[in-house]
Amino acid sequence: MYIGRVPVAGPEKLKLTRVAANQEIAPGIFMLSFPRAFDFIPGQSVWLTVDPEVPPRLYSIASGNGDALVEILYDLVPEGLLTPRLAGMREGHSLLVSSAFGPFRDEEGPSCWVAAGTGVAPFASMVRSGLVREKMLIHGSRTTAGLLHRGLFADALGDRYVPCCSREAAEGVFHGRPTEWLTLQRLPLASRYLLCGGSRMVVDCRDVIIAKGVPFESVIGEIYF
Amino acid sequence: MKENLFGMTIAQLGKVAESEGIPAYGARQIGDWLYRKKAGTFSAMSNLPRTVRESLAAHYAIDLQPPVKVTESSDGTRKYLFAAEQGGFVEAAWIPEARRSTLCLSVQVGCKMGCLFCMTGKQGFQGQLSSGEILNQYQSLPERDTVTNIVYMGMGEPLDNLPNVLDSLEVLCADYGFGLSPTRITVSTVGLVPAMRTFLERTRCHLAVSLHTPFEEERRRLMPVENVYPLKEVLAELRRSAIHGQRRVSFEYILFDKLNDTPRHARELARILNGIRCRVNLIAFHPIPGTPLAPSPRDTMVQFEAHLREHGIMTTIRHSRGQDISAACGMLSTRELVRMKEEADR
Repeated sequence: MYIGRVPVAGPEKLKLTRVAANQEIAPGIFMLSFPRAFDFIPGQSVWLTVDPEVPPRLYSIASGNGDALVEILYDLVPEGLLTPRLAGMREGHSLLVSSAFGPFRDEEGPSCWVAAGTGVAPFASMVRSGLVREKMLIHGSRTTAGLLHRGLFADALGDRYVPCCSREAAEGVFHGRPTEWLTLQRLPLASRYLLCGGSRMVVDCRDVIIAKGVPFESVIGEIYF
Repeated sequence: MKENLFGMTIAQLGKVAESEGIPAYGARQIGDWLYRKKAGTFSAMSNLPRTVRESLAAHYAIDLQPPVKVTESSDGTRKYLFAAEQGGFVEAAWIPEARRSTLCLSVQVGCKMGCLFCMTGKQGFQGQLSSGEILNQYQSLPERDTVTNIVYMGMGEPLDNLPNVLDSLEVLCADYGFGLSPTRITVSTVGLVPAMRTFLERTRCHLAVSLHTPFEEERRRLMPVENVYPLKEVLAELRRSAIHGQRRVSFEYILFDKLNDTPRHARELARILNGIRCRVNLIAFHPIPGTPLAPSPRDTMVQFEAHLREHGIMTTIRHSRGQDISAACGMLSTRELVRMKEEADR
């Protein structure tokens, strides 16, 4: 479905770049990278497509802001226009990418991050950019294979990393959804809460966090529309 | 499964006619039967050859679904529950007034936008409605012939289902379709900019933009879409688009107590809307379960309206209707039905 010209929310122009790597890192989930030609703030996103005829979609950057390559994560949507073509890309293939934009970001100080699926990308970027002190990540997935960048987060955050799997029991992994984990906790009221993922996960977690007494002004959601 | 003819545009019906080997004007005849004469069967299409009627019946369906439930408010508003083809349900509200009656219809099962104040967003997104399913809420409405106005303000974000919404608008307004005036139809949006541009280019219907606060950081907390399509980009797009003739752009503004109802908000709202021919609809907040937000007192709403009017902004306070049956603005939801299905599937 093409719903207009190049989106105006980001920079107007998409620039040509080349795929550096593209691999399936979990069933149906891919990691794609390309040379970094712009600066960005961890948490920001890019518009990306494979040619001008395919409407660009928005992807959070997962790499650190000092890395030579920009990395994004995407789910293969078999009936989609873009991701089946993205999944077929190899090193050297052409991509059209905007520069980074968006206000979803964090700063120093206590924060609780909640993510599911590829929604973990902005938090991977933050960790890789050195934003780890007083940060906590509640990371949801159906299976352990879907806990993307689990090693990165476990190393950087230690016991402030909480992997949650709803359909698989595993050692060191909470058996349930992030909402269920949050429901069982006493949440810090002075913390910021950054949520990223599908709408249902973000809305459900936001409801739980607010019900625990956290001011709604402290809760920011980034929904993958 | 047979393809549903109901909801098809004239171009789509033309392809059907071509595939059936009938002249191009056959598409207009089929449209006339579907939309103007309310034919529920192919056998009723008496000006088509019998062989064509039989062939159409063999390959296509006229899928009209009556509502499965109706709830009536003490103020006369009626809320209808319709089953969606891919599973799940949507709600539509019929709102009678002294000199008109309005149908508020849905475009998606659930919604992806996740606005903090909206009940539909709490059920997540379950699927898009086809053009036929959108139009079915009109065609199968018991009060259909009394409807004077249609608003796309029920469940879902209309511009997140743009192709089906555009098809349904064409059928509603076309002479082969229902023949309604586009000035009787309003489509709401949270501000999906590229789709909004396409909508403005391709239709003459009114547009209603959910605004709710003029300040970016506040809006991000109320409406996650602000992260992707900031309000300033929405307004810039409206300034670029020619809004003329009878087309109207309105801004929907729910008033929350001590959050977005201050004179500072009114001043900033007037400032950012400067130069856009528009009106502002102030809406009372209808609290939903677990919400941290509260409705502004009536006096505050009146003062806010006066502030905006002093700044030259045409402003009205919209009457709440159907609140006792959860049919008022922001209250439509089939979340409980979604949860029951999820429990049954486990």
